[in-house]
Formats: sequence, structure tokens, C-alpha cells
Amino acid sequence: MSSHATAEAGHESIYAGGLRSWLTTVDHKRIGILYGVTALLYFVVGGVEALIIRLQLASADGMVVGADTFNQLFTMHGTTMIFLVLMPLSAALFNYMIPLMIGARDVAFPRLNAFSFWTFLFGSLLLNLSFFAGHPPDAGWFGYANLTSKQYSPGMGIDFWLLSLQIMGIASIASAVNFTVTILNMRAPGMSLMRTPLFVWMALITQVLMLLAFPAITVAFIFLLFDRFFGTHFYIPTAGGTPILWQHLFWIFGHPEVYILILPSFGVVSEVLPTFSRKPLFGAPFMIFSGILIGFLGFGVWSHHMFATGLGAVADTAFSLGSMLIAIPTGVKVFNWIATLWGGRIRFKTPLYFAVGMVALFIIGGLSGIMHASPPVDIQQTDSYFVVAHLHYVFFGGTIFGLFAGIYYWWPKITGRMIGEGLGKLHFWLMFIGMNLTFFPMHFLGMDGMPRRIYTYAADLGWERWNEVATVGAFVIAVSVLVFFVNAIRSAASGARAVGDPWDAATLEWTMSSPPPEYNFAVVPAVNSARPFWLHKHGPTRDISTHTKEEGTPAQPETPPVRVDLPSPSGWPVLAALGLALMGGGALVGLWLVLIGVAVLVFGVYRWAFQPLERLGHPSFGPASTGGR
Amino acid sequence: MDPHATTFGVPSRKMAMWVFIASECMFFGSLIATYLSYEGKSIVGPTPAEILNIPLTSVSTFVLLMSSLAMVLALDAVQSGDRRMTRIWLGGVILLGGLFIGGQVFEFSHFYHEGLTLQQNLFGATFFVLTGFHGAHVTVGVVWMITLLVMSLRGTLGPERSLDVEVAGLYWHFVDVVWIVIFTVVYLIQ
Amino acid sequence: MSRERSIFRKTLLAALPMLLAGCGTGPDWRTLRPVSDFGRLGSDVYGDLIWWTLGIFVVVELLLLYALLRYRSRRDESGAPSQVHGFTALEIAWTLVPAAILFFIAIPTVRTVFVMQGPPPGGDPMEITVIGHQWWWEFQYPELGFVTANELHVPVGRTVNLTLTSADVIHSFWVPRIGGKRDLNPGSENRLWFTPTEVGQYHGQCAELCGTSHANMRMRVFVDDSATFAEWAAAMSAPAAPDSAGAMTFLISGCAACHTIAGTPAQGKVGPNLTNVGRRTSLAASLIPNTPEHLAGWLRTPDSVKPGALMPDLNLDEQRIHDLVRFLEGLR
Repeated sequence: MSSHATAEAGHESIYAGGLRSWLTTVDHKRIGILYGVTALLYFVVGGVEALIIRLQLASADGMVVGADTFNQLFTMHGTTMIFLVLMPLSAALFNYMIPLMIGARDVAFPRLNAFSFWTFLFGSLLLNLSFFAGHPPDAGWFGYANLTSKQYSPGMGIDFWLLSLQIMGIASIASAVNFTVTILNMRAPGMSLMRTPLFVWMALITQVLMLLAFPAITVAFIFLLFDRFFGTHFYIPTAGGTPILWQHLFWIFGHPEVYILILPSFGVVSEVLPTFSRKPLFGAPFMIFSGILIGFLGFGVWSHHMFATGLGAVADTAFSLGSMLIAIPTGVKVFNWIATLWGGRIRFKTPLYFAVGMVALFIIGGLSGIMHASPPVDIQQTDSYFVVAHLHYVFFGGTIFGLFAGIYYWWPKITGRMIGEGLGKLHFWLMFIGMNLTFFPMHFLGMDGMPRRIYTYAADLGWERWNEVATVGAFVIAVSVLVFFVNAIRSAASGARAVGDPWDAATLEWTMSSPPPEYNFAVVPAVNSARPFWLHKHGPTRDISTHTKEEGTPAQPETPPVRVDLPSPSGWPVLAALGLALMGGGALVGLWLVLIGVAVLVFGVYRWAFQPLERLGHPSFGPASTGGR
Repeated sequence: MDPHATTFGVPSRKMAMWVFIASECMFFGSLIATYLSYEGKSIVGPTPAEILNIPLTSVSTFVLLMSSLAMVLALDAVQSGDRRMTRIWLGGVILLGGLFIGGQVFEFSHFYHEGLTLQQNLFGATFFVLTGFHGAHVTVGVVWMITLLVMSLRGTLGPERSLDVEVAGLYWHFVDVVWIVIFTVVYLIQ
Repeated sequence: MSRERSIFRKTLLAALPMLLAGCGTGPDWRTLRPVSDFGRLGSDVYGDLIWWTLGIFVVVELLLLYALLRYRSRRDESGAPSQVHGFTALEIAWTLVPAAILFFIAIPTVRTVFVMQGPPPGGDPMEITVIGHQWWWEFQYPELGFVTANELHVPVGRTVNLTLTSADVIHSFWVPRIGGKRDLNPGSENRLWFTPTEVGQYHGQCAELCGTSHANMRMRVFVDDSATFAEWAAAMSAPAAPDSAGAMTFLISGCAACHTIAGTPAQGKVGPNLTNVGRRTSLAASLIPNTPEHLAGWLRTPDSVKPGALMPDLNLDEQRIHDLVRFLEGLR
């Protein structure tokens, strides 16, 4: 069998097929879409949780929800936004774009990729199942011991939380192994590391951080699991344990996690700003090395989350200075972004709006972060609303705006259709205004002594006014998200067809039709520049770093000149993921279910391991000649 | 396997195992760091000095070290297409790995009879979780080796699939090295 | 130089709340208006940092805005602009300038960290032990020999040395106008000293999530002049003998299982010490004013006042509640 690409129209048929084809897909593009859709749905869930929180706090002595419900809401809001929205939304862009940007036909391990997604999905469902079981977790997304011990949290909420996060952690590590190898080992001929796009670089650093950070929280969760299920005393002070052990393990994971959440957005912005300024990224090598430095330093500063814990002056000083150092490479990034715009011919399209918004808002989050690096100041700010403001400027202003820049930038590539500019800009302005209305006043509340995670406060403290403003802002954000969904649906239903290269961009993903064919590249591209497609279209310029006479990488031919075989769909990774989820769920139900889970997992893994990667009779593309590869 | 030659000329599966091992280093690093930070913090006995049997564990350490040697020989046999020696040395890895696990089962049940349980004190909790997770890794390795042996017996483990054995070997050696660290930290330096 | 700098700093710091007050009535900027030397140490660095970060914020955002406006694509332009890839001297500059600024932030930071966590200044601080409970505060005055709850009294001008620990989960001691917070960790002790400089009553509350009623774990700190403090301490040391009928009601109602009242057989240690409770301004960890009506409501259904409260609903009849309220309000 062979199929031929049709001119101009793109390959929308790559998304055809029923539920079964989506369940068994190993195509990185489809898996990317699965991640993206899931993350956007959870964005709505986490957003609704936030709206209820804001309604409760809009007035003093709020009566919308009770104390326990409120604790459950902010726990689920934080956990959802971090693990079920920001990480999978980044993963969606990684999945879809990285192979296209490095000239690969898929990731290094397509079935492991499917396994990662399904494991993540089942884990996230287990977490939200806690609502239906009537026991959502309520000890905060950071779940400090010993509040999470059986004695002080006897319900099942903490169990749901720790088991589901443990399962999603396995998905993260599997995916990190996969993408690290993909980026290191699957690049097109000629794409040296210094020619690798910035987005891919930031993705690589993110993956390495995930590899090295997740084991720490895995161990923290194992101890908590043993404490809660088998009666050990890892975090129990009366038996000599110390709850502060949790804080160390959690933040050894937790601080790199901050960079896991922000670096993908840095990568997107470093692609979008050059494209719409029609210039190369300013100081690309400095951008790469500053990213590496941020990742590296990120492992040495965890205790700046613990300045109130009482670790002593020497430890506080060391972690304070380390945290301040991170400001330097971060500043380098911001200056290089501005320098990229400088001297450009800036086209004000929606992706650029979001990318610039990201830079503008991240500056605020970064500056308040410098304050937190100073312990005398931080002990007034930590666990107050000042930190809530800070982290939302980083994760909402930084990550969400950056990821939306990526969504609007790559939307034509992924869907084959353009997305509305008018609604896109409306989305931007509503979100920008709503975000600042919501989170800027929280600086004032924190400076006025309002602690985090309180469901109620007295009227005589003077916190009501800015809380009202924040609540209004939250609803403006909600409207902006609604505008995005309207825009997305309109684009899918009646958007103009997208050409292969709608933005006149520089990287490999634009050399193919929109959406790309199932096999991505008809011919494996040869790369001789950091901007291969730009070089082809505009020719070498005076400043081009390579001083090459070559012509860059041309657009892809419509059909492969030689046969292309793709990995065959497989249901076994889904089954293995289901086995893991059953083991996790089984811990709440009974040993028998755990054992069934183990059996399903082992069975799935063995069938997967012994299934040929390219099964006979699976569609291949191009001439059916036997001389293929 | 790969659609085009890999960038570094290293098979992706081999690179993946190295990358995974880096992650595992952090996993065992966190467990060992916790063990060390809780050393001497137990408020009731038994203490390590009262209960750890260094001679016995030295023997099982030696057994695990020898299994790594068998692993090296098994890989060599696969690469040179020697089916008989492949089976013998894979069998050797399985036997030695199994012996090590047997030793651990004996040690654990002995400690339980002596009153050192998971719940008894911090030493029990940190010791059993650290060595238990190592034992689980060895067990996974043994199952993996049995799989390879079955493949060999079925005649599907020729030199063209030596990468299968090489990747499994990387894992096995790593688990072995981790044990050397655990043995040193837990048993030798008390 | 340091004196000039310090005056400059203080002027700027004083200007800030006024500046921000323009944004509307409401906030008291508690963390920037310290009433102790400890708080002043922190707010001096805080003030420095606010000005540094505001300055950087303005410069960088203006650069960004300028680039956007100046280099927007115009209709008559076609083709690509000059393809500049980078400029190493600039990279070095914007690495070194932030590093220099950080140096100026780091110096006062490090100096202040060691002062704040060093020994209390001056001799003879007053020792007070603070124990966190779900969801109330226990204050022990070992030198004066009494224990109280939720309302901390300290004399103005005398350094107080707090020993902080917890009876259950982690809590965090935070009185914004006194200074930064410090955790109360079960199984270990933290320290925090401060010398109050202004007489007054200050709001504080737990700053580490500690369960259902974390939001309701509040306290009041009274910085008293010496005479007022001496009078309060004397009353706490030698409380008036409670009337025995009321004490009996307290005992038979089951209250004594958890609460202590000095001078009576009630010596429970689980709940707040109620000696001289009638003198307090608030009840239930500073949640409700100390009036007979509120006290009666609290005794009737503790859980509806403070969700999750460990004080049980004892199903007291109205006569019993009336007697208890009269007895407790009389303890002064």
C-alpha cells in the first residue's frame, strides 16, 4: 500500500480514524495532540477550581465553601495546574514539534512515547477520581509532612494524591529518557548541537532536569507511602524521624521542577521572537549556555523555599547566594530577547503578542524572585500572598503566555488551518489584563500580611478591596480562555487553509506541508545552518554565522522518492499503562487489584517487547519497490 | 532499527539505558542520603552494630560481583555467536543473582526474628527500604536474564541481537555497582 | 556613609507606603512598618530590594516597549532587516551589570541574615516558649511561671527570645509587624528574638498550612508599657481564687479533661490554659471577641465557630452553658 501527498492541501488525513486508531497510535504527532487536548481540558478544570477559590476570598468571612473544601480546592488547583496542565502542555509541543524540528520521522521510542501518555492520563484520572470518591487531597500541592501522616490526614485524599503523582512520575521519567535520546541521537545530518533550535535545546534541558529531579520526589513519596500503608516512621517526629526530610526531598525535586515548567516557554519565545522580527535570535550561544546554567544551578538552591524552616544562618546564606546567581543567566535571556526585537521588522501577529507578553510578565516574576532570594525579605514574603503573586507571574505570565505563543505559532502547522487573528488578539488582551488584575494586587496583600492557603479572613484586616479586584480579574481570565476555545473551534470548522510556511520562518518544521504527512520528511533533510529554511529562502547574508555558500534546506518534496516504513500501531503500551494505574488504584482497594495490575503490566510489557516495531503489512509510503532502505 | 543513522553513532537503546541509569543514580542517591541522615537517630534498638552480619553479606556481595563477570562473558558469547556458552553464562548470571536474592531473603527474615522490622525504628525503615529497592532491581534483572535465556534456548538470540544483551548487561552492572556502594555505606562504615 | 545610606533608605521606605496608599484605602503595609528591631532589620533590606527591583523593572520594560514601537514593521518596508546574530561585548555587559547589582543586594542580605539569626542583642532577654497546636497557640513564660494561650503579652523595649516548637504538625509563627516568620517544627526547636519598639496590639497568624482550620489559627500580640505588663504578669502569677461552685461546674462538665485553670483542680494539658481567660480580648485563637454571647456560642457548637476544632461538642444544656460563661468570664 502506498499513499501520495496531495499538493497544497496538507495531510489532514493523518488525523483520520476512529477511537482505536487513537488508542493504539505511536505517531508523535497524534500523541502530541492527545497531550494538548488533555492538558487544555484540565486547564478548564483547574481554572474552575481557581474561580471557586477566588469567589470564596472575594469578601471577608466568605461563605461560598467550607474550610475543608477550600483546602481541597487549592490542593487540587496547584496539583492540576502543575502536573496536569503545564507539564503536559509542554509535552504536547515537545511531542509534536521536536521530531519535526530536528528532521526525524518520529521519536527514538515511539511505543514508549505512547506508554508515557497513557500512564500520565490514567494517573491524572486517578487523581481526579478522588473527587468522586469524596476524598480529594487537602494538604497542598507541596504536601508537607507530617500533616500528611495517617494521624493528621486519616482520609484517602493523601493516598490518591501520592499514588497518582507517583504514577505520573513514571510517565515523566519514561518520557524524559525518550526525548533526551531523541534530541541527542536523532538529529538530521549536519544539525550539530549549536545548530539545534533553541526550543529543542530548552526541551533537552527540561528532560535532563526531569530525569534527575523526579527520583527525589519518587523517594519522598515511597517514604510517605510506607509511613501511611506500612506504619514506618520516616516523617514521624515522635519516633525520631523529621518532617523536614520531606521538605528537602520535595524541594530537591521542586525547584528544578520550576525550571521544568518555565524552560519550555523560554524555548517557544526564542523561536517566536526571531520569526516575527525576521531576524536570527540574538546571541543564540549565550541563550543556550544560560539555559544550561539555569538548569545546573537549579539543583543547588532548593532550600530557598525553606528560609522560615530554621536551617541556620550559614545554610540560608549559601542558598541565598546561589539563588541570586540564577538571576544572571535569566537576565541574559531577557536582554537577548529584547535585542532580538531590536532592529527587526516586527510583525504583530498573535504569537508575537503572547511571546512579548511572556517577556513582560516574566520580568515581574523574576524580579520578585530576586526578593525571595534574600532571607530577611523572604521570611516576610514566604507563605504569604506575595509568593502567590510571584509564582503566578512566573507560571501564568511566564509559562502559560509562552505556551500560548507556541500554540498560536504552531497551530497552522498542527491543524493545517489558520486561526483567527482578531479573536487571538482579543484573547491576548483579555488574558493580559485579567492576569494583572488578578495577580498584581496579591503583592499588596502579601505585603500587608495576608497568608496563603487561608479560606477566610476577618474584615478588619483591610484585605477585602484587593481580594475583590483579584476575583474580578480571575473572571476576566476565564472569559479570555473562552475566547480561545471559540477561536479554536472556528478555526477547525472554517479556518483558512494553512500553507506549509505561513510565517516565513527559519526551522525545519516549516519545510513541509501543514499538517505534515504521517512520515514527516519525505527525504531526510541535510542541515548546514541554525536557520536552514531561512538560508534556502533568503540566501546567505553578510552576518550569517556559517559563512557558507550552501543553499540551506529546501522545502520537502511531496512524496518520498524511496519507501518509508513507519512503526506499526500498538495497543500493548496502553495495556502496560493500564496495569500501572490498576496497581496504584489497587493500593486503595485491595491487594487483589494490585496483583491484577502487576499481571496486566507484565503481560503488556512482554507483548510490547516482542512485537516487531515495523509490522508487515502496515502502510508504508513512497514507491513500493523492495530496495527501500 | 532507527529510520536513519543516529547522530552519535550509538544505538539509541544503549543511550537510553545510560540516560535511565543517570536517573537511577539520583534515586539510589536519595535513598542512601536518607539512610545516612537517619543513622544513629533511632530511639530504640536494634542498632546496625547489633544485627548486621558482615561475613555473610560479604559472601553475597562476592556472589553479585561474580555475576557481573558472568554477564561480561555472556555478552562476549552472544557477540561471537557461541550459543552454548551464551546459555551457560546467562544461566550463571541467573543463578548468582538468584543466590544473592536468596541471601537477602534469609537476611531479612533473620532480622525480623531478631526484632528489626520496618516499623521498629528508623534504622529498620531506612535499611529495609534501601536494600529492598535494590533487591527489587536485582529481581527485575534476573527476570530479564531469564527472558534472554529463553530467547537463546528458542534460538532467537543470535549475534544480530547482541544489543539486547548489552543493554541488559549495562543495567546489571549498574545494579551491581549500587550494591557495592550500599555494602560500603551500610555494612562497612557504621 | 552607612548612616547617610541608612537615612536615605528609611526615607524611601517611609515614602513607599504613602506612595502605594495612593492606590486606595485598605492595606496597612504591615510587613513594611515594623514595630521591632528584628522587623526593622528585615524591612531595611526589603526597602532596598523594592527600589532595586522597581528600577530594573522600569528600565527593562521601557527597553522592551521601545523596541516594539520603534521596530514595528511598516507597510512600505519589504524584505528582511539586517541579520545581526549577536554582539559579545553586549553579552558581557548584561552579564556583569546584573552581577554588580546582585553584589549590592547580597552584601546587606548576608550581613542581616547573621544578625537576625544570631544571639539576641543585649543581655537578659525574656524567655518565652511558643508551642503550636491545631489550631491555637500556647505561650509559656518559664521565668514568670505561668502559661497562657493565643494572646501574647510582651513589655515594650525588652528583648524577647522565643523558643518555637509544635505539639502536632508544622506551624509557622508570623506577626507581620513584628517581623518575618519562623516555623514551629514538631520534634525540634527554633528560635526567634525581637525587641518590640511600639506599644500596641498586633495581628498574627499561622503561616504554614496545618489542616482544616489553618486560617483560624490567629493570635494577638500585645506590646505593653512596663506598668501594664507588670500588672498583667502579676495577675497571671497570682490569679484571684475562682468561685468554687463555678469551678465545680467546670469539672463536672468535662472541661477539666483538657483545660487548666490555676488554683483549681482543673489541670488538663490538651487544650489552652484558661487561667484569667476573662481578661483576654478574644477567644478561640483570636477568632471571636471575648463576650458572653460569643463564648456561649463557642461552647454550644465549637465546630461551627472553628471548623475541625478539637474541642468537642459536649451537648451542654443552656443552664450549664450559662453557668460556665459566668464562671469563665469571671476569671480575671
